[in-house]
Amino acid sequence: MKRFEVFLPVVGVAVLLTVWSLTVWARVVDPVLLPSPISTFRAMWIGMTSGKLGLDFIKTVERTIYSTAIAAVIALPLGILLGSSEKVYRSVEFLIDFFRSTPASAMFPLFLVLFGVGDRTKISVAAFGAALVILFNVAYGVMNARKTRILAAKVMGASRLRVLWDVMLLESLPQTFVGLRNGVSLALVIVVVAEMFIGSTDGLGQRVFEAQQLFDMPDMYAAIFAAGALGYGLNLLFLTIERRFVHWAGK
Amino acid sequence: MAGAQLAAKVGPAGTLSDSSHRTAPHVTIRGLTKRFSDATIYDNFDFDIPRGKLMSVFGPNGCGKSTLINMIAGLFPVDAGEILFDGQPLSSIKFGYVFQSYREAMFPWLRAFDNIAYPLKVMGVPKAERTVRVEKIVANLNVKIDLNLYPYQMSGGQQQLVSIMRALIVEPEILFLDEPFSALDYEMTLFMREQLQRIFVETATTTVLVSHDLEEAVYLSDRILLLSRRPARAVEFVHYDAPHPRTLKTMSDPEFISIKAHCLEIFQREVRKG
Ligand SMILES: Nc1ncnc2c1ncn2[C@@H]1O[C@H](COP(=O)(O)OP(=O)(O)OP(=O)(O)O)[C@@H](O)[C@H]1O
Ligand SMILES: [Mg+2]
Repeated sequence: MKRFEVFLPVVGVAVLLTVWSLTVWARVVDPVLLPSPISTFRAMWIGMTSGKLGLDFIKTVERTIYSTAIAAVIALPLGILLGSSEKVYRSVEFLIDFFRSTPASAMFPLFLVLFGVGDRTKISVAAFGAALVILFNVAYGVMNARKTRILAAKVMGASRLRVLWDVMLLESLPQTFVGLRNGVSLALVIVVVAEMFIGSTDGLGQRVFEAQQLFDMPDMYAAIFAAGALGYGLNLLFLTIERRFVHWAGK
Repeated sequence: MAGAQLAAKVGPAGTLSDSSHRTAPHVTIRGLTKRFSDATIYDNFDFDIPRGKLMSVFGPNGCGKSTLINMIAGLFPVDAGEILFDGQPLSSIKFGYVFQSYREAMFPWLRAFDNIAYPLKVMGVPKAERTVRVEKIVANLNVKIDLNLYPYQMSGGQQQLVSIMRALIVEPEILFLDEPFSALDYEMTLFMREQLQRIFVETATTTVLVSHDLEEAVYLSDRILLLSRRPARAVEFVHYDAPHPRTLKTMSDPEFISIKAHCLEIFQREVRKG
């Protein structure tokens, strides 16, 4: 029994592929709308290695990374600053919660006016959305630093700055990584949506949209899977970094 | 004065000359008042902490034991009154503080060694000297723990031992321990009591131990402060001058038994009053 347990994680994938194949084989759905898994993965392979899909993939990666990086550069220091004083945080809490709850897509027209049709709009809207998520998490991480640990540092004679730097900052790291992971996921969502509609000529969003317009279903599914793989990969990347840097989390 | 003689026996030779200094209280608390939003914890509280003694604080749950040592250590502000050290207000006194919840007091991102060295880092001691001093205290206490481990990789007793070494590394003038053994199993508790006694015998540091175990409090202490329900009063300051280190035999010493019974009687009387 034990030997089969290593295969558990692939069971879901196998079931999905089987149901998909059977559906195509039995012609439950119009084959034009649902291509077979094989033709989909062939389209994905060709697109990624020699077609335009690979370039679109890289474009979307770039935009997502840029916007997350910009968001982090702004939100990390600001979150630490806000979190280190509960009074300051309480005074801007409403603003943060309000804009965090505002769908970032509603900001597109505004950013279009500010930055025009191009990468700058896509990246800045995604950065805006991600920054609020990161900010919120960092501030909470800093604020919820264990009181005992702060007292322990204080009784040793640590200054406020030192407590902030040596204790609160490290205490907030697990929550900060939650924020970074949520932030990068949100940034990807916003970037893909922006690529679909804001006069784009490249990116995974544009690829999905164009394939749909051309009724090229294998290409469309291939682009969707590529976007999924990207999201999953980014999440995995941040989890790996987190495990390396925050070895004490949850212990 | 049996107490002074004991201190003389225990204290480092160089500090014996000024005997009036040695018998003067180390900490003087006058008119201390502390309120939390809805409750008065201390109302015009006076108390002297003797120098070079191991003192226990014992009292009902929530009467303000932790609050008291936190105020003395300068962690909580007082609402009124003063706390003087050798007659001076708090300046640059080095405290050692051992918290009950070692899990929350250790820094999990630092290895045990760096946890112990951290107070020295705060004081600006160079790295090489920090290492030497940590190695010295580890050798002194005869500690056999792998200090390259992170706190979460250690047992509760090991963590609390690390946390005691972290408190002692600065050679504090006053050592506070807030229920330091209550999260440990019995075997570990017995071991840690002996460690604490050894440390006290070797350093004669003024020590304030909050304990919820009366037997432990009497067994370890020269003085037991019995507090009432809040607002806390010092109901009695019990002396027990049996020499350190105390052993299992101490527990069957008639004086030990009668002092323990006396403390228990006072405690029960105070609890019933509430
Ligand atoms: N930060 C705080 N804000 C409000 N009330 C507090 C605060 N800290 C302590 N108290 C209250 O003050 C009282 C004394 O608390 P303290 O922790 O000093 O008691 P204690 O004697 O150490 O109790 P225990 O035996 O449970 O450790 C308690 O009733 C507690 O609820
Ligand atoms: Mg307490």
